[in-house]
Amino acid sequence: MKSLEELRALKSKIRSEMELKEGGVDTRVVVGMATCGIAAGARPVMNAIVEGVANRGIKNVQVTMTGCMGLCRLEPIVEVIDKDGNIVTYVEMNAEKAAKVVEEHLAGGRIVSEYTIGAVAQ
Amino acid sequence: MQIENNKEQNVLVVDARKTDFFKKQVRIALRNCGKINPENIDEYIAEDGYEALGRVITTMTPEEVIDVMLKSGLRGRGGAGFPTGRKWDFARKSVSDKKYVCCNADEGDPGAFMDRSVLEGDPHVVLEAMAIAGYAIGSDQGYIYVRAEYPIAVKRLEIAIKQAKEYGLLGKNILGTNFSFDIELRLGAGAFVCGEETALMTSIEGHRGEPRPRPPFPAVKGLFKQPTILNNVETYANVPRIILNGAEWFANIGAERSKGTKVFAVGGKIKNTGLVEIPMGTTLREVIEEIGGGIPNGKKFKAAQTGGPSGGCIPASLIDTPIEYDTLIEIGSMMGSGGLIVMDEDTCMVDLAKFFLSFTVEESCGKCPPCRIGTKRMYDILEKITSGRGELSDIDDLYALASAIKNSALCGLGQTAPNPVLSTLRYFKDEYIAHVVDKKCPAGVCKNLLQYKIIADKCRGCSACARKCPVNCISGEIKKPFVIDQSKCIKCGTCMETCKFGAIVKE
Ligand SMILES: Cc1cc2nc3c(=O)[nH]c(=O)nc-3n(C[C@H](O)[C@H](O)[C@H](O)COP(=O)(O)O)c2cc1C
Ligand code: SF4
Ligand code: SF4
Ligand code: SF4
Repeated sequence: MKSLEELRALKSKIRSEMELKEGGVDTRVVVGMATCGIAAGARPVMNAIVEGVANRGIKNVQVTMTGCMGLCRLEPIVEVIDKDGNIVTYVEMNAEKAAKVVEEHLAGGRIVSEYTIGAVAQ
Repeated sequence: MQIENNKEQNVLVVDARKTDFFKKQVRIALRNCGKINPENIDEYIAEDGYEALGRVITTMTPEEVIDVMLKSGLRGRGGAGFPTGRKWDFARKSVSDKKYVCCNADEGDPGAFMDRSVLEGDPHVVLEAMAIAGYAIGSDQGYIYVRAEYPIAVKRLEIAIKQAKEYGLLGKNILGTNFSFDIELRLGAGAFVCGEETALMTSIEGHRGEPRPRPPFPAVKGLFKQPTILNNVETYANVPRIILNGAEWFANIGAERSKGTKVFAVGGKIKNTGLVEIPMGTTLREVIEEIGGGIPNGKKFKAAQTGGPSGGCIPASLIDTPIEYDTLIEIGSMMGSGGLIVMDEDTCMVDLAKFFLSFTVEESCGKCPPCRIGTKRMYDILEKITSGRGELSDIDDLYALASAIKNSALCGLGQTAPNPVLSTLRYFKDEYIAHVVDKKCPAGVCKNLLQYKIIADKCRGCSACARKCPVNCISGEIKKPFVIDQSKCIKCGTCMETCKFGAIVKE
């Protein structure tokens, strides 16, 4: 990039791409992959989600990762963010629970309330 | 965790951000952590990433940048709390054609992991801030000194540097200006003393990481004998937002003499262990009770340690102290880099002081005698006290050694090493006296000072404890009170756990 204008143009492009949800993607699944998350078992959780989404041919979901949000004791944490920005935080996940979230929430559109932060951490 | 549950409608809170844990937090340094993908520069740019650097190098003079930093009131988050703008100003005014910008990512305080989280969750913010600092002081080269024990942080930094270079946000003629800036990583081997600024620079130069006397200060003569600034990861993580939102915005957050926020790694006897970012001036009570969810198992809060092995404790009586640089110093603790260890009534304060001293004894580089010999002497005295051989004169000796070490050690490691002893003596002297005079450990921690006893009235003579005792030192006749042979007991506590009738006590 050769100028600040170019940087700003890129920012607008990235932002509108995120909004337009290229290829019909309207849901983001974000797995906490900092040291705390990985130590608690985030990798198998990530794999289970990626596999589940691929196997079921779910097309509207993008799976990605992020750092630590501070709730280290509740890792692995998976967040599902819908097109309006509503967030569901799943905590103390494992591969099995992740598979269930794929099936119920991502494919079926039903929140798995028993794995959410409100249900687990009370 | 307490969840904000709407009882009437019985709505389950499913978004972590709406829980009590987040309510009192203000996220500046951690704003992108847990939100963006740290391995994708586009997600950082979408959050206004590199906009601050762009503005700085295209519309501001270096003096103006430093002026914003000065007016913001930002102070170093690595421990000492030195005003960041002033540090940059000194380096700016040092005349030299080569200057360096360093980032301290050594994070040696046991129990602290704030910097690791920033590096793993938002590495670009550190790169952007270092480039801004480079422009402000007139430097074209940065180094990040990061501990090799942080492999994920190292990997994400490497990816971030590569992406920033590909985009032309690091390297030659950034965004078409005359400003060029590069960043390299240097891996530390994890010696605590290498976090000290002069030792860190010596280590980057490829020598054994030992401190050297100051002056000359790094701003005048630092890395490779050139003017150098060193800032902590979290300090840098505040910089781009200060540029974007203005000095006044930042100065309005926090307290009178401590601006902005501080990130703490909260651990120990607290329900919600983890990472929190609070406005300066938040009280310890708010952190422990509201954000932290209180002490588990119905135990009572006894004290909190900030500043790790260089810091001190804050007793329960001072739980309403606002967390600021100066208020913490006044009560004999310090902000430190952000470790906050919560202790309940089961913690022995003499044992705690001994723990931190064993750390400094281990980590002392050995260059100067007050620290090398003095801290070991203090440790030996604490060992003597906790094993029941203490005398009253030992407490006087602790004070004398502490002040001698503080006044004569070469670097901050030695100068602050006595702090955990001094602060526990200040607030918990009665516990020291109990160990020395009554030969008792009130918290029931120091093994040599406690006994397991069977209360004859309560003992049903079931023999369960005797069968479990690993050294067979409990004897008796069935249905009559059993007794423990104190000369053989190794104080493992098994018998107390075994007895179903509560007949065994520890005192
Ligand atoms: C023994 C010792 C260890 C230190 N360890 C660290 C550390 O791990 N990280 C850090 O940022 N500062 C550490 N410091 C403080 C640094 O010397 C220096 O003050 C700091 O990095 C400056 O950055 P700041 O002004 O942004 O806080 C340590 C100091 C001493 C004496
Ligand atoms: S005070 Fe301790 S760590 Fe610092 S130089 Fe002296 S011996 Fe080394
Ligand atoms: S504390 Fe351990 S060693 Fe001592 S009497 Fe009980 S079981 Fe035996
Ligand atoms: S287990 Fe309890 S009741 Fe049974 S013999 Fe031991 S002290 Fe007595």
